[in-house]
Amino acid sequence: MIRFVVRRVLEAIPLLLGIAVLSFIFMQLAPGGPDTLFAKNGRMTPEQLANIRRSMGLDRPMHEQLIAWLLNILRGDLGLSYSQFRPVSTVIWEVFPNTVLLMAAGLLISLVCALVFGILAARRPYGFFDNITSFVSYFGLAMPVFWFGLMLQLLFAVRLGWLPSAGMHSPEGGGFLDLLRHLALPAFTIAIGSIAGWSRYVRSSTVEQLEQDYVRSARSKGLSERRVMMGHVLRNSLIPLVTVVGIDVPLYLTGAVLTETVFSWPGMGRLFFDALTVRDYPILMGTLVLGALLIILGNLVADLIYGLLDPRIGYA
Amino acid sequence: MSADVSVRTAATEVRDPSPAPSSLAGLVPDLTSRPVRSPWQIAFGRFRRSKLAMLGLVIFVLFVFLAVFAAQIAPYAENEIDLFNITAQPSPEHVLGTDELGRDELSRLFYGGRISLSVGIGAALISTLLGIVVGAIAGFYGGLVDTVLMRFVDLMLAFPAIFLLLILFAMYGSSVTSVVLFLGVFSWMWLARVVRGEFMSLKQRDFVEAARSIGVPDVAIIRRHLLPNVLAAIIVATTLNIAYSMLSEATLSFLGFGVPPETPTWGNMLNTARPYYVTVPLLAIAPGLTLTIAVLAINFVGDGLRDAFDPRGRGRGEGK
Repeated sequence: MIRFVVRRVLEAIPLLLGIAVLSFIFMQLAPGGPDTLFAKNGRMTPEQLANIRRSMGLDRPMHEQLIAWLLNILRGDLGLSYSQFRPVSTVIWEVFPNTVLLMAAGLLISLVCALVFGILAARRPYGFFDNITSFVSYFGLAMPVFWFGLMLQLLFAVRLGWLPSAGMHSPEGGGFLDLLRHLALPAFTIAIGSIAGWSRYVRSSTVEQLEQDYVRSARSKGLSERRVMMGHVLRNSLIPLVTVVGIDVPLYLTGAVLTETVFSWPGMGRLFFDALTVRDYPILMGTLVLGALLIILGNLVADLIYGLLDPRIGYA
Repeated sequence: MSADVSVRTAATEVRDPSPAPSSLAGLVPDLTSRPVRSPWQIAFGRFRRSKLAMLGLVIFVLFVFLAVFAAQIAPYAENEIDLFNITAQPSPEHVLGTDELGRDELSRLFYGGRISLSVGIGAALISTLLGIVVGAIAGFYGGLVDTVLMRFVDLMLAFPAIFLLLILFAMYGSSVTSVVLFLGVFSWMWLARVVRGEFMSLKQRDFVEAARSIGVPDVAIIRRHLLPNVLAAIIVATTLNIAYSMLSEATLSFLGFGVPPETPTWGNMLNTARPYYVTVPLLAIAPGLTLTIAVLAINFVGDGLRDAFDPRGRGRGEGK
């Protein structure tokens, strides 16, 4: 077990290194170099520009810069934001919890919905409920995430006025309930794709489980259908779902950028989008590296949990 | 793949009755008279029986038709501005109203379809080409080549694609061509994995050995003997990739970093009309709904194709 974990973690290291190197190359490839933002400023004298370049280490040879970048990432230092003149790690760290909250809420909604819809649909394949959920899922997967968010915003915030349309807190402040009200629409927006995808997934794995012998024996010993589902089938349907959740981390990262932009949610995606408009390359690279890290982590966790839940999978 | 299996069963069916003694002639079902259908014909038959797939195909063809003949069908030109008539409500003159510059919304949906569909198809073709090349080389040659290429695939998959695309377009600006190119360049990895996996098992089969033994060059083995066996998977992946690329284009354009704003695409229309959503919700609903229906149709076709080629495929537990 421990050997398996160690091996998988070690395998992720070259991947991380590759990502760090590629991000560095991207930053160098930026038209005009990484210091375009300053060079564009007409009032800046060449000496000042040279000073900035020196203070950011841009005057050193390329390979030294690369090694410095890699070592700094290891220390959690992602450089200095051009637009805010603060460490990128500080800037990201400030908003990261908001993104985590959004993603966690979305994840919770999708998991609950996927399990409920998936299992109910699986009880009578091609029945009424199954067909309805199937069709709705097709829609959920075909809709652009940002458009779904816009529609929710128009309907529930603008038309009906039930929920706030943007932001995370009301200007006058407010407690936990206020936060929940702000969270509802963005969380549902970020969740829509995975609700659709995962509920289909749970459905097909549950249908498969229901044909297994252990279900027949559970039924034949007189267990109620509910206990068969909850006690026996649910657990086995969860296993494949866990892997999909880990693999779908990119879906949530994309969702974060879009949802946070639509709902002005002050998170990592919003930070990324704002940095994009002012070309704050260090922030862009920082969020890119962090995003990649989350994806790799998601895959790793999926692998590990999968092994943990299914005893048939060996750790060879 | 299923293609192979079906070929073999068809052959046995034909051969079976011949050794039967003549006295049993009436008892043995006459299998020879049944027309032998190729795996492609069988798949096509299955596809045609799937209602959703056919519905998707009809809608998709309709959309392509409207996009190709937009200039002939659309009631107004794509950039015909009418500043006295901006954000108009639907009327007989403007069936879906007008946008923030008084341009006819319906006409722009037709023209937008041109770009949205071409971007989707173009990007999907590039992605398919790259996926086939990388997957075929990795799967056929194996060893170090395979390891290096697959690590590269892992690396590409570890990058959050949308972040990368947005950064690239923010840095270099974007045009329709660059959107097609970059969307294609960042979406070939899954197909490469599939092709590689199939090649790994296919190359050990006897027919590849036979081809090798008579000195068929590698490229010809790949092209003539291996690729046709993966064609079904490639077609399905390409179809679904069209939908994915269209969604990505809309997303990038909506954020303002995709196709330049003067070119109508469904994503761009959603982006430029943003300040008017509250007063004219139709400007928000129409392009998004059009895109959703287009993607839905393509997904129906893609899933229909997958089920047609391989009824036991991904939809596990779903029967036939």
